[in-house]
Parts: sequence; structure tokens; C-alpha cells
Amino acid sequence: MGILTSDNSRVCDTTGLKVCLQSEMLIKLNAVVAVVCLLIGVLAAFGLALTRWETIGLLDPLMYYRFTTVHGLNMLIFWILFMEMAILYFAGTVLLNNRNASSLLSWGQFGLMLIGMGMVNYSVFTGRADVMMTSYVPLRAEHEFYLGTILFAVGALLGTTNFFANLYVAKRDKTYKGSIPLVVFGALAAAIIAVFTILHGAVALVPTWLWSIGMMEAPDAGWYRLLWWGLGHPSQQINVCAMVAVWYLLGTLTVGAKPLNQAVCRTAFLLYILFINRASEHHLLVDPGLSAEHKMWNTSYALYLAVLASMIHGFTVPASLEVAQRKKGHGGLFGWLAKAPWGDPGFAALFVSLVIFGFGGGITGVTLGTHQINIVAHNTLRIPGHFHMTVAGGTSLAFMGLAYYVVPLIFRKEYSFRGLARIQPYIFGLGISIMAIGMTLAGSLGVPRRHPDIDFTDAAIKADLSAASPFMALVGIGGFIAATGALIFILLTVHAVFLGASNKGRAMTSWQKPEQDKLTRDLMSTNWNPEGAGLKPSGTSVLTLLLLAAFAIYYFANWKALADVWHVS
Amino acid sequence: MSIFAVPAGWLKAPHGAERTWLAIALLWCLVLSVMMPYWHLKGKQTSSGEAYDVEPGEFNARVEKFVRDGKVDVRNGIPVVEAPPGGHAYLIGRSWTWYPILKLKKGVEYKLHVSSLDFQHGFSLQGKAGQGLNMNFSVLPGYDHVLTITPTSAGEFNIICNEFCGMGHEKMTGLIVVEE
Ligand code: HEM
Ligand SMILES: [Cu+2]
Ligand SMILES: [Cu+2]
Repeated sequence: MGILTSDNSRVCDTTGLKVCLQSEMLIKLNAVVAVVCLLIGVLAAFGLALTRWETIGLLDPLMYYRFTTVHGLNMLIFWILFMEMAILYFAGTVLLNNRNASSLLSWGQFGLMLIGMGMVNYSVFTGRADVMMTSYVPLRAEHEFYLGTILFAVGALLGTTNFFANLYVAKRDKTYKGSIPLVVFGALAAAIIAVFTILHGAVALVPTWLWSIGMMEAPDAGWYRLLWWGLGHPSQQINVCAMVAVWYLLGTLTVGAKPLNQAVCRTAFLLYILFINRASEHHLLVDPGLSAEHKMWNTSYALYLAVLASMIHGFTVPASLEVAQRKKGHGGLFGWLAKAPWGDPGFAALFVSLVIFGFGGGITGVTLGTHQINIVAHNTLRIPGHFHMTVAGGTSLAFMGLAYYVVPLIFRKEYSFRGLARIQPYIFGLGISIMAIGMTLAGSLGVPRRHPDIDFTDAAIKADLSAASPFMALVGIGGFIAATGALIFILLTVHAVFLGASNKGRAMTSWQKPEQDKLTRDLMSTNWNPEGAGLKPSGTSVLTLLLLAAFAIYYFANWKALADVWHVS
Repeated sequence: MSIFAVPAGWLKAPHGAERTWLAIALLWCLVLSVMMPYWHLKGKQTSSGEAYDVEPGEFNARVEKFVRDGKVDVRNGIPVVEAPPGGHAYLIGRSWTWYPILKLKKGVEYKLHVSSLDFQHGFSLQGKAGQGLNMNFSVLPGYDHVLTITPTSAGEFNIICNEFCGMGHEKMTGLIVVEE
């Protein structure tokens, strides 16, 4: 048993941090529901991947659309948001040596989100909401679909309010000295953006719900899109903040990483809050009713400072890993990488996620979101190609890496089948990469997203996109590998939580070799300066310059592709 | 350490490689920002978003008039309509077809009006395999979306729908024929 303290908390046997027991319970509950939603999403993903692989063509159109709705909602909304709630409890209490502020808000959060999730899934599974997660009006779902979404959002709002209360209590009771930890700062950025996001969502969905029960006229299609993306886009920024916070967290846990300059990291989080959350019109770049000037301004205002923020984290995260490794004596341009704990699934997930997000998701995202380039990309398969490299290969993989530490530290259960766990991040990352590349190439040939049949079998006028067939096979094969990787994660985690060996009363079993682990523990117990002599992050400099080169090539190749299409204004 | 509170004094300017990267990244963001206005002035492709409010019934009436005035042929039961060179052309997206088939001339500018009679649709213009044309615009009910468009290649081009519009979305196609 960990030492129980008087105020309903325990002391972690591995890190020495104080764990508030109520928070612990809420972290567990939210994480378990998150994994259940991930399972639903993954089962649907098998169906989607094997449908878009034309050779197999598993599902008929109706089922394909329903699976797409199920997959999008359970993955992007439910799995990710329940995980983020768990992260908020963790950041607001454990990392601040604090106790959970409000049982009422916390149980309200969990209860409402659970009910909302249940209502939405009931609606979709019974065929009452074949509208995709965007539910663009005037397509109409039955009323419980919208009400469920609203309840889910209110739950999330209660969760963020409780997090703000936790910050307040920690400050008032002086549970920490100096400024809040960087990871908590990242979580705070995510929570602030969440408030804006949820308010937009309310403005979009409450009238839509009233319409579904016959109390209002149908909302205008253009306004609905604008408001819906006021919800849909900033919530991706929440995911980015949460993911980056998890990167910093895993960096510390797995190699003892320390950011070179916390002011830089914090400024980058601040830029997210200030400069992204209204930049939602990159989903509406080819919409009627919004002028070109307005769209250009909205995607890039204040010099793309939100992109700058991601480019900053893209440097500071690997640099913090690099200098920690150098401090341990692993030198050379890339010696620090060669000696990294690649067999630790926490580290593997961190690094693979960083690479997929940076080289894949980031570069494609900025390019697709460029006003004019969007003409050759909007609603093609390039879009899911992009976001599987952000929310799946990036955020979801980082969260999986987190689980390899949350289960031993919070559930106090050890993973079994450790060999499989060590390679799981690579399987998932490889699959997502293959699938996303396939999607990107197929989309460049015009293959639409949310479409089960590029042979247009039943169409009166035949269309021909068969040139994309090989790329659709990549989507199917990569998707199958990715879904298998995700399923392995789920099975391992469920097994660990319910049947794993307890580690109560001792430190968690390290994922690393004893000598690696010792170096990291030693480093964490010393006070060292990451900008000290001999610790230059030259490997990171090379990697980031490589990123910039890839970025520039991809970006300008797209302008070239655009120049070749018909003239339009 | 990112998981521990930091003592005061963390607010300091970046140094060395980190500072260099900040400068490079900022410069790159500047390039990204400048490219859009640059293309707006010099490039030939942009989405101006030009649009007018229109009732679906009213738009349908305009399209029917356009079909009566310019019908030259019927294919697959759908009228083929030749748009007056330099003039207005009309296209309806409705569940689940693009109506009518348009006949245009290469190198001539048209005002192409696109709207929907029911759900949201995605106008996605696709060349035959190997032609590499791929252009996409949103089509919303209630909005007369005006694309000022000049075909720069001749041949037959498919329109597919790339916005989910209900059961039948997968078979929603149309055609634009461009002559030299
Ligand atoms: C586990 C492996 C995964 C596979 C094989 C997979 C595969 C797919 C496929 C084939 C589509 C359909 C694309 C289309 O036809 O338009 C899709 C859509 C989507 N996926 Fe995944 N995916 C996976 C994981 C994820 C994860 C982890 C997330 C988010 C956290 C995610 C979010 C989405 C979203 C938001 C959509 C769009 C749904 C829509 O268009 O409404 N996917 N996925
Ligand atoms: Cu967005
Ligand atoms: Cu459609």
C-alpha cells in the first residue's frame, strides 16, 4: 500500500507525487469509458478500411455511411474527450499536489458526458442519425442525437470548470511554489480553448435541436457550417494542446527531459489560445458567401502565429529529449537518438507521434488550409489523410503512450505481454502512416471522402477514378494494420486493468533497461541546466531543418498543381 | 522538468539554436502569409465566395429557363445545355444528380451558378483518368454560388458529389463537356 495521508490521498510509490483519491477515481472512470469508445471506433475502422479498399468492398453504402458516423464520433469526440477529462483531473490535482475541488462538478462531468455519449451512440446505431458527425443541416437526425451532443458538451464544460477550480484552490492553498508546471500550463491552454469551443457548439446545436423537435425553422446551411466549425476546429486545437502537454509529460517520465527555455514553450501555448480559435474558416474556404479577403485573413491572421506555435513545440520537444540524453553522456549528432529507450512504449509513442504529427499532419494541414490550394483538396480523401496524421497518429498515439504510464501509476496494475506492448506504437504508427499516405495520394487524384464507391456502379453518368485504385489498396492495408495496432493496445490495456499484477507498495516496473532507467532517475534527482555547456541540440536543429525543407517542397508543389487547373474566381 | 512547478526566474529570452529556429520559423510563416495575397493578385484560381440568397424554387425556375433556351441534346435522359459564350450557366445539385449536362467552350469565361434544391452537396469536377483536373466547391441550399470559370482544357469532365447528402450520395454524378 502507498502511504495513505489524512486528506484522502495517497503518495505515489514511483514518483512521490500526492494522488488525490477522488481524482484517481475520476481519472480511472474517464479513461475506461474512453477506451470503450476507442474500441467502438476501431471496430468501425476495420469496416471502413476494408470498404475503401475496393478489391474487398466490405460494406454496402448504407452501412458504410453509418460506420463512418460511428467511427468519427467515437474516435474524434468520445475517445479523445474522455481522455482529455482524465488529463485535466491529473494535471489539476496530482501535478499540483492538490485535491479535487468539487465532487458535484466532477460527477456532473462524468455523468452528463456518459449519458450524452450513450444517447448519441443509441441514435446512430439504430439508424436514427445517418448524418455523419458534422450533421450538416438540412440533413436531419432524430432529436436525441442533438440533445445527447449538447449534454455531452455541458458535461465537458463542467469538467473544465472543475479544472479551473482546482487551479484556484491550488493557488489559494499554496500547494506549489513558483509557477504551475509546464504540463499543467498546456492543459490550461486546452481548457481555455474548450470554453470558447463549447459555446460555439451551443449556438450551432441548440437551434438545430429545437428544429428537430419542430420548435424552429431549419437553421441556414451556411450559418450552421460557420458555427459548427467554430466548434469543430478549435476542438482540434484542444487536441493539439493536450497532445503537446502529453509529449512534455512523457519526455520527462521516459528520459528525464527538461525544456531548454520554459518561457518559449509557454509562449507557444499562449499563441494557440490567442491566434487559433477563430481560425475555423479553413473548413469553409470554397464556401459561398464568405469573401476571398475574409477567408485569407481568417486562415492566416497575425502571421500564422498558431502555425509558429506548433513549429516552436516541434523544436522544443525533441530538443528537451536531446539535451537530457546528452547530459547522460549520449553524444554525437544522433547518438542521443540511437541510445533512446525505444523499447519503452511511452517513449516510442511519444517519438512516433511527434514525427507523424510534424512531418505528416502539420505540413499537410497548413497546405490544405491555404485559401486557394483548398480548391484542389476540399472534401477529397486528402482531408482524412491529413487528420489521421494529427488526431490518430499524433494525439491518439500520444494518449496510448500515456496509458502505458497511467495504468501502472494510477490503476497500479502492470501490463502483461510486454513484448507486444513495446512494438504496439510502431504497428499503429506504421499503419496510420501507410493509410494516410494512401489517402493523400488518392485524394490528389480527386477521390472524395465519405464515399464508398469510386467505380460509381449505380450512377447514371459514369465517372472514372480508377487510377486511384492502388492508393485505395494502401488505405485498406495501412488501415488494417493501424486498426490491428489499436486493437492490440485496447486488449493489452483492458487485460492490465482487470487482470494485471498489482504493484501497490512498490515502484512501477520500468519499461526500460535497468541502466537506462537508472540514468534517468539519477538525472531527475539532480538539478541540471539544460542550456549548460556541451548540451547543444544540434541533432534537433538538423531534424527541424529537414522538416522545413519537406514543408517547402510540399507547399510549393501544391501551388504548382493548383496553377494547372481551370481559371476560377 | 515539465511536471514540476518552476521557481520564479524562468522568464528569459531564448538562446542559440533555439533562437535561430524561432527566427527561421517566423520567416517561413511570413512566406505562408504572403503567398495567399500574392496568388490573389497574380494567380488565376481563387474562391471569391460570390453568392446571392435564392429560394430553391426560384433557382429551379431559372435553371428550367436556361435548359429551354440552350438545350442541344439529351444524354442518359438528361438534357445537354449549351451555355452562351461569356454568359451565364446554371447547375443544380439535388438528390442525387447534377442537372443539366453543360456544354462549354475552351478558353471562354462563364458565370456558373450552382445551388442545391435540398441538402448540401459538394461540386467536385474531375477529369478522366490522367487529365489531372480536380476542383471542388461547396453547394448549399439557399445560396446561388457564382463561379467565374474559364475551362482551360477540352474533353468530358465528370462532376461528382463530395459532400455527404444522404443515401444515394455515392451515385450522384454529372457531366461538363468542353469543346475546343
Ligand atoms: C485505428 C485505425 C484507424 C483507421 C483504420 C481509420 C480509418 C478511417 C477511414 C477509412 C475513414 C473514412 C474516410 C472516408 O471514407 O471519408 C476514417 C474517417 C475518420 N476517422 Fe479514422 N481511422 C482510424 C483511427 C482514427 C482515430 C484514432 C481517429 C481520431 C481520434 C479517427 C478519426 C476519424 C474521423 C474524424 C473520420 C471522419 C469521419 C467523417 O468523415 O465524418 N480515426 N477513418
Ligand atoms: Cu480546422
Ligand atoms: Cu453528396
